[in-house]
Amino acid sequence: MSDWLLSATWSPYVVGAGIGILIWMTFLFSDRPLGVSTAYAKTAGMIEKALSRKNVASMPYYRQVTPEADWQWTIIIGVIAGGFISAYTAGTFALSAVPPLFAETFGADTLFRFAVALAGGIIMGIGARWAGGCTSGHGISGTLQLSLASWVAVICFFAGGILAAGLLFGFRFL
Amino acid sequence: MPFEGIRQNKSLQALLGLVFGTVFGFLLQKGGVTLYDVIIGQLLLTDFTVVKVMLSAILVGMVGVHAMKAAGLVRLHVRAGSVGSTVIGGLIFGVGFAVLGYCPGTAAGALGSGALDAAVGMAGIVIGAGIFARLYPVLERSVLNRGKFPAETIPQLLGVSPMPVACAVAIMILVILAFFATMGL
Repeated sequence: MSDWLLSATWSPYVVGAGIGILIWMTFLFSDRPLGVSTAYAKTAGMIEKALSRKNVASMPYYRQVTPEADWQWTIIIGVIAGGFISAYTAGTFALSAVPPLFAETFGADTLFRFAVALAGGIIMGIGARWAGGCTSGHGISGTLQLSLASWVAVICFFAGGILAAGLLFGFRFL
Repeated sequence: MPFEGIRQNKSLQALLGLVFGTVFGFLLQKGGVTLYDVIIGQLLLTDFTVVKVMLSAILVGMVGVHAMKAAGLVRLHVRAGSVGSTVIGGLIFGVGFAVLGYCPGTAAGALGSGALDAAVGMAGIVIGAGIFARLYPVLERSVLNRGKFPAETIPQLLGVSPMPVACAVAIMILVILAFFATMGL
């Protein structure tokens, strides 16, 4: 049992089923779907607030997404911690900067990878808030509620992603 | 609704967020979906791990959430989207997905596993969310409400109860997963 618990990877079906059960719990005990992109908007709000409290009070978006360390914010701290616990206990924790596939395609320069990651993150942050959710909030929690917007969103996530990845890396499945 | 005391307790909820997040991050890391190569592999249609995790989660989650809803234990949380918000935002997200190689949740799990480029990506997502918050008043007036969807849920759209739709989605998911298994994907 503990061997399995500490092994580096689990079947994607077991992991998926586990996430499904986790979402039962978030609905039951927190009256919420599982989603993480709101945490980023709250963090942005916290930074704005640290710079100018008055400014934040006047921004309509932060009246909807209040910059405070509540459930929707602590969840992201948990995800970092959970990833660390899983990797560390399995003995796979290792600092890395350039993923193998990126290095093989675009070179192993750390600064270049960081610049691309920053640009990708900015685009993703705008898109996640624009669409009102991400791969977890729309992609899993919304689709399982049979939300129309979430099914449209997840199709667009993958349509945009497959097209952009194909342009960057070549359409390898063809 | 049951558990109302727990649901209203703000500090307990902040703690529960941490606990649920930890379980989520642990599972994402175990599933291998915190790896850049696995996520890009999915978008290149050469590695189907991400879709396998998502479809299994949708299947299991859908059964439980709808059963609890029928029993009066939980309520749904859905919002009507629009072409201007859901489609345009979704496509922008998709481009970011391919450029960053993580999504908002898996980036956090990847950082926990030691991926420093994921930390840079997370900083980018915060900046992007901040840019969106600044643009929000203008976007709200001009784009976000364009082409509102006619219903919040697929059952509402079709004018049927959730049960037959949930069954159809469950069958669709099982067929796709069986297809992956037969094709050796």
